[in-house]
Amino acid sequence: MQGIAVEMKFSEVRKGMKGRVVRIDSSANALTRLQEMGLTVGTEFVVNKVAPFGDPVEISLRGYRLCLRRKETEGIEIEALA
Amino acid sequence: MSERSKTPSKVQTVNPLVAIVGNPNAGKTTLFNSLTGAHQKVGNYPGVTVEKVSGELSLSNRRVECIDVPGLYSLNPVSSDEEVAVEVIHGRGYGARVPDLLVCVVNADNLERNLFFISQLADQGLPIVVALTMTDLLRSSGRVIDVARLSNLLGVDVVEVVGHKGKGVPALLDAIERNLEKPRRLKDISGRPSSLETKAAVLRERFARAGLDFSTSTIGDALGEPNTELEQSLQDVPELKTAFDDAVADLNPEPPASGSEVSSRYEWSAMVSRAVIRAGEHTLRKKSRSDQIDYLLTHRVFGLIFFFGVMYLTFQSIYTFAQPLMDWMSGGFDWIGKVIGNQLEGVPILKSLIVDGLIHGVGTMLTFLPQILILFLFIALLEGTGYLARAAFLMDRLLGWCGLNGRAFIPLLSSFACAIPGIMSARVMPDAKSRLATIMVAPLMSCSARLPVYLLLIGTFIEPRFGPAWAGFTLFAMHLLGLAVAIPVVYVLNRGVIKGKRLPFLLELPPYQWPKWRDVWLTMYFRGKVFVTTAGTIIVYMSILIWFLSYFPRSNDASQRFRTEYVASHAQASPADTDQYVQEQQLAHSFLGTFGRTIEPVFRPAGFDWRITTAILSAFPARETVVPSLGIIFSLGEGDEKDVKYSSGLRHALGKATWPDGRPLMTPWTAVGLMVFFALCAQCMATLATVKRETNSWKWPLFMFSYMTILAYIGAVVIYQVGRLFGA
Repeated sequence: MQGIAVEMKFSEVRKGMKGRVVRIDSSANALTRLQEMGLTVGTEFVVNKVAPFGDPVEISLRGYRLCLRRKETEGIEIEALA
Repeated sequence: MSERSKTPSKVQTVNPLVAIVGNPNAGKTTLFNSLTGAHQKVGNYPGVTVEKVSGELSLSNRRVECIDVPGLYSLNPVSSDEEVAVEVIHGRGYGARVPDLLVCVVNADNLERNLFFISQLADQGLPIVVALTMTDLLRSSGRVIDVARLSNLLGVDVVEVVGHKGKGVPALLDAIERNLEKPRRLKDISGRPSSLETKAAVLRERFARAGLDFSTSTIGDALGEPNTELEQSLQDVPELKTAFDDAVADLNPEPPASGSEVSSRYEWSAMVSRAVIRAGEHTLRKKSRSDQIDYLLTHRVFGLIFFFGVMYLTFQSIYTFAQPLMDWMSGGFDWIGKVIGNQLEGVPILKSLIVDGLIHGVGTMLTFLPQILILFLFIALLEGTGYLARAAFLMDRLLGWCGLNGRAFIPLLSSFACAIPGIMSARVMPDAKSRLATIMVAPLMSCSARLPVYLLLIGTFIEPRFGPAWAGFTLFAMHLLGLAVAIPVVYVLNRGVIKGKRLPFLLELPPYQWPKWRDVWLTMYFRGKVFVTTAGTIIVYMSILIWFLSYFPRSNDASQRFRTEYVASHAQASPADTDQYVQEQQLAHSFLGTFGRTIEPVFRPAGFDWRITTAILSAFPARETVVPSLGIIFSLGEGDEKDVKYSSGLRHALGKATWPDGRPLMTPWTAVGLMVFFALCAQCMATLATVKRETNSWKWPLFMFSYMTILAYIGAVVIYQVGRLFGA
């Protein structure tokens, strides 16, 4: 039985959240590099930290840590886990 | 040792080219440093700002040229820097040639993402050797990597190296040699539903049924590069030729990496990663030591405190530790000047050229070295430990909103001490557009060379009349002014002037490590060397030019005339006074002084007369010389502003100076106007020479000079005219 998956925009994540990418708006060219860095559909990640002024956000994925700006993740939708 | 290869079938006329490639933070440069050490050459690819770092490698029977290609996350470039790197890997343009071998540095601690890059390299078909780094980091987190299995899965030699300790380097050199003789290439990445492979597989079936025997990979290659043999055999079978041509048309042009292609590459890399790494978690890391450190260092409160502490330490070091060194070097050069000067007494022109022109110029240029070396020591330490990335993370919000990014804080902060090392340090920014914008505004940060001018003018016109509180405030305001002007300038530059797209701000936080000392020393050494040989030579030439313009025309008759003139109107003329007067007149009548007097009308709206104008002009080689120049012009001779008697004499002279009609030359308003002019103008030629070197063109220093001088002029004029309105 499937639990209710909470879907949200990546830009809305908060510290401590665990998530999985469910959809990426493929028309956004700027997202290609993000995907090449490993944030592809189906990838799981953990939000480690948010910078003092709210941005950028630091996540762990595929065994390493990446910082990204919320605004530059427009078009990425995730589902929050656990 | 014979230069010629031992393989009889090859005659080497040029040394083979090995390109070291890999992700950023994979230890590529550390490896390159341990392979080439100090025998590196740092230059530029023609026409771009990307640096070309190359060196020679000695193998057992030949020499090999090695280039350190800038770190790449992907072969699909998003910035002009990355474009250059990709073209170099392909051997296209920028004076590059196709590498004979790639050494791809793969970070074992970050395998999935590094393998993504490998999967792209697989499509290129170049011979590859993999250098596997950071295995020590992997082990310390309880994991182990099966190197042999990785080598099998990839189909190429994989050599484990610990770059800074030199472990594995001999094995790597062996592998390089072996692969230059008998190249191995990455296997066709199986399980990757590449449209190219699928098409090739389908075609293979069809060809086979028609009796044409070609392998899938041959057909796959032929879909990209013309293969006359294959196409010839298709001539007789038109429907196969059509099918083949359709497949070629389908595949060209290659669309940019679509989501599914990237995903499938990662599926492959995750699969390989799972197959070769054992124990511990793969994807989501438990709290490691780095995480624990970061809990503090990127903490909302403590992180910022620590950051400001580190910045303060860096800044203070540049300011205070460099100062004694610089004074010592200045003193040394003065002494050398005196000694040589004494030898040349009989030939005054030559003496002045050598002492005041050449030695002074070289000395001025070399005194920048301590600041550059200290700054790069800190940068190398911050980068080597991994803290630089954390600092960029903390600062990004502040710097991002006006168009820069978090990494700009080092160049901008250092520019408050001196813009030259600051501009050089902009190379920590991988995004060319932001880097250029940062370089363009770095000189607006009030540098330490402006301080003597501020202190002189504030001490003469502000403090006596308004008190120390206002004096302190004015000093602070001058520093803030540069920052305040920089913000709109950056905005305009990013919106209009500087072409190109901005990179998304993607910052990797590598694990904390001890810095590698060899890398630190080499960074300092090469930055210093690059400065001296490029910007440095321009500074020396310009110093000699300014010397020439301020020395000539000169004749004994003229000097005599000045002397007589002075003595005639001053009954108690001491020899020192007379000499100072003669010096003042000679400067006034030199090319520089004449130029100053000619353009005086331009500066009159700002309240400057020809004397101030000439002093500004003479400060072109380095801002510090404006005070001694003012000294000469106001007949005090040349002195040291730190000499209390001299500086108070100069303040007195400035305070009393008048226009020809008797009006006081300087009022507090004009003083402020002059300071504003100094704060905003770009007449430090050493800075311009550095910008030229870092941007690899004359266009940008010229632009910088223009926009800053215009801003400075407008500022000074507005202040003076507003002051006039209020009767000040």
